[in-house]
Amino acid sequence: MTLIGLLWTVPLFPVAGFLLNGLLGARFFPKKAVWVIACGAVLLSFLVSLGAVVALRDVGSLTPSPGAAVDARAHRVTLTLGSWMPMGRSADGSELSVDWSFALDPLSAVMLLVVTGVGFLIHVYSIGYMGHEPHPVFARFFAYLNLFMAMMLTLVLGASLPVVFVGWEGVGLCSYLLIGFYYDRMFDEKTRMSCADAGRKAFITNRIGDVGFILGMLLLFVNAGTLDIQGILAKTGTLGPGVCTAAALLLFFGACGKSAQIPLYVWLPDAMAGPTPVSALIHAATMVTAGVYVTCRMAPLYLKSPGAMLAVAVVGALTALFAASIGLAQNDIKKVLAYSTVSQLGYMMLAAGVGAFSAAIFHLMTHAFFKALLFLAAGSVIHAMSGEQDIRKMGGLDRHIPWTHATFVIATLAIAGIPPLAGFFSKDEILWAAFNQRPLGLLLWLVGAGTAGLTAFYMWRLYVLVFRGEERFDDEVRHHLHESPRSMIVPLAVLAVLAIAGGWVGIPEVAGFRNLLAGYLAPVLGAGEEAARAAPHAPLFEVVMMIVSTVIAAFGLVLGWVFYERRPEARVRLAESARGLYRLMVNKYYVDELYGKIVLAPYYALCRAAAWFDQWVVDGVVNAAGYVTLATSYTSVGFDTYVVDGLVNLAGYIVRGFSWVFRKVQTGIVQTYATAMIFGIFVLVSAYLLARGH
Amino acid sequence: MPVPASHILVFSLLLFSVGVLGVLTRRNAIVILMSIELMMNAANINFIAFSQRLQNMVGQVFSVFTIAVAAGEVAVGLAVVLALFRNRDTVYVDEVHVMKG
Amino acid sequence: MAPEAVVFYVLASIALVSAVMVIWSRNVIHSAIYLVLTFFCVAAVYVLLRAEFVAVVQVLVYAGGILVLFLFAIMLVNLRDPLGSRLGVHATLSGIVGVSVVGMILYVYSTGRLARSLTLGPPTTGGGGNIQLLGDALYRDYLLPFEIASILLLVAMIGAIVLARQKY
Repeated sequence: MTLIGLLWTVPLFPVAGFLLNGLLGARFFPKKAVWVIACGAVLLSFLVSLGAVVALRDVGSLTPSPGAAVDARAHRVTLTLGSWMPMGRSADGSELSVDWSFALDPLSAVMLLVVTGVGFLIHVYSIGYMGHEPHPVFARFFAYLNLFMAMMLTLVLGASLPVVFVGWEGVGLCSYLLIGFYYDRMFDEKTRMSCADAGRKAFITNRIGDVGFILGMLLLFVNAGTLDIQGILAKTGTLGPGVCTAAALLLFFGACGKSAQIPLYVWLPDAMAGPTPVSALIHAATMVTAGVYVTCRMAPLYLKSPGAMLAVAVVGALTALFAASIGLAQNDIKKVLAYSTVSQLGYMMLAAGVGAFSAAIFHLMTHAFFKALLFLAAGSVIHAMSGEQDIRKMGGLDRHIPWTHATFVIATLAIAGIPPLAGFFSKDEILWAAFNQRPLGLLLWLVGAGTAGLTAFYMWRLYVLVFRGEERFDDEVRHHLHESPRSMIVPLAVLAVLAIAGGWVGIPEVAGFRNLLAGYLAPVLGAGEEAARAAPHAPLFEVVMMIVSTVIAAFGLVLGWVFYERRPEARVRLAESARGLYRLMVNKYYVDELYGKIVLAPYYALCRAAAWFDQWVVDGVVNAAGYVTLATSYTSVGFDTYVVDGLVNLAGYIVRGFSWVFRKVQTGIVQTYATAMIFGIFVLVSAYLLARGH
Repeated sequence: MPVPASHILVFSLLLFSVGVLGVLTRRNAIVILMSIELMMNAANINFIAFSQRLQNMVGQVFSVFTIAVAAGEVAVGLAVVLALFRNRDTVYVDEVHVMKG
Repeated sequence: MAPEAVVFYVLASIALVSAVMVIWSRNVIHSAIYLVLTFFCVAAVYVLLRAEFVAVVQVLVYAGGILVLFLFAIMLVNLRDPLGSRLGVHATLSGIVGVSVVGMILYVYSTGRLARSLTLGPPTTGGGGNIQLLGDALYRDYLLPFEIASILLLVAMIGAIVLARQKY
């Protein structure tokens, strides 16, 4: 079984790293040992994953063994490590037990490599980025990162929904821990939100989504009789359309929470409270894509329900457009990237919703490259700017931090969709698939293309404001301005290469290439995609669409260049003329305030009502029961005290009374006793004499 | 001896009763021990008197024993008084009432 | 009245008075002195009753041994309060009881035939006394009690030593 047999060690290395650094790191290890352990654990995971993925290519030659099932047709190897929840058999004889099992197939292989590869780069980057932190903070950071890696890998590899859910919740926990990493710092002065609050917001919002996930999971369990993913998918044919739709929508609601889709996206921008490597790793490259991954993983279920598919597509498209428009007006470098992430996740969901699952995974992968790069470059900028995040106070940085600048440009072009960079291919595939959707294809395409334009615009705006124009920072910052250390630059360079070349694995067939990634994923996703594909291939038209989307992206770029570099006064005029819309976008459409009003306020009211009910009605009933018991017990105690005890005490008092008298006799003085003795003799002799008749 | 035996017995009785009164009324343990010696002497007088009256040596033998017992009793009794004094700093029996109920 | 009778009554009177003084005296040393006087008188009475050996033993043991023991004890206990007798309610009650018992016994004597008929005979042996007879009785008939008495004295001695030791 070669390295596939060692698949179970993949999440275990980071667990070991977490335990070592978490328990001992702060106290016993030097900083160097801490990062060597943390990065080494992830590197080992990456190498084992790579070996396993290579071995998976010859899936046909693999021999099944106990605990390792091989499905050659789907290119899947499932390792069962042990029984987790043995629940016996259901009435109709199907196995209800849940095993702790990992599955490796092309889909999880792609995720595995992305997660461990990008994760390793970000770990390396963190060495430099967190290098100035005190030792315990440093160790804590790497411990959390490793725990996150372990949980993410569990999520990716899980072969049954509960195992996936463990990872799902685990990454949520790590996200919470890492967003609130600087729990004592203020994140947003305006709304008085601390970093800990931001972590809580992310955690609670995710919990709302998790309710959907759990309900979907249980619905599938009830109807399919198993929690094993492949078992469920094999039974989708026997499930009714209603069940399929409900389960798909519930799971999608969970994915909305994790992947920051409308209406649960609000946590992701605030998740930027975490350190920048965390934003790159968790809130751009890996965790937030888990929703997309699970949606693709459950693709056959979604395909059974056109309604659910449409909902996914529409929510994804709306999220993409909505978040991109908010991103236009943000002034915090990380918030711009955060909204961009939300927008790109919307793209992925759109792809999944139109049945282009491999395109979703493709975009997931390229996005992991260029968005991680953007975040890391942004982190490098922040690092250089002594912690400044407001892009209005930057500008002209290209001369000072050339490496960061170069990588940032590459990433910007990649996300904007300029060929031949990674973003172009994946985004174009999504747009093409959306266009072919029926009946909303054109609409979805327009939204997607518009979003692509907006993305190009705000990304170029960000680039210009940060790196070009005059320098808007003060001398204090300028004095400290420096290029980041090599441990940060090297990951940037590697990711830049990936952001350029990462898309080449998915060059569409029209250009005379083979779409390698789609081909690789075909054993898992191909059948579903064929089923979803409504229109036949029209190569010429596809090329036209490609050119159109490229032009749109280029137009966005040029517009950004014009407004922010060439003629800023035009931008001001535009902002003046559309002041209302601008205000709306700056304030993120007041969604947080809206949620505060329509969700939180009624919720608080409900809480207060529940508290009132609890205090007066529930507690009242309980207290009444208590009072009745109390009264009964008082009666009982009264009887016991005064009657039963009274009798007992009476006996005691009688004895005590006598003893009081007798005690007085016992003076302790021997002469008293002698007197009594002699008096006794006197009495006895007197009695004797009287009896004798004297 | 021309004295009636009853007078000797009365003498012995009076001596004895003085001893009894001493034991009953005095607080000082040493005086109480002395009173006990008086009572033993009274008993001895009785023994000797009856020995004389009955022309029998047993009474005298017994009075010798009594003297021996009295000697031992005084030795132990005074040792007890010494121990008492050492521990309780008193020889007054009414101040030693550990057995008081 | 025969001179012997006179001597007896005088001795008895002295013995009784000094016995009363033993328990009446406030000073324990005085009590001890009165006690030795009583012993001497009783010893003299023994002589009158032809018990010369017992009289000698009385003087040796009581006057010589026991009294010295008393004096040592008085010396050692270092009496802080020489005031002895305290005629409280208790002592009064005890006195009444004691006197009533004495009265009762006197009543018994006065009414009993025994007391009236009891007159003392002549001495058992003349001159040298009855030491011989006493020795015969003591070492022949009462040898075992005699030896037991010696053991008793030994035990008493050991007991006294143990009790009077400084620490136990």
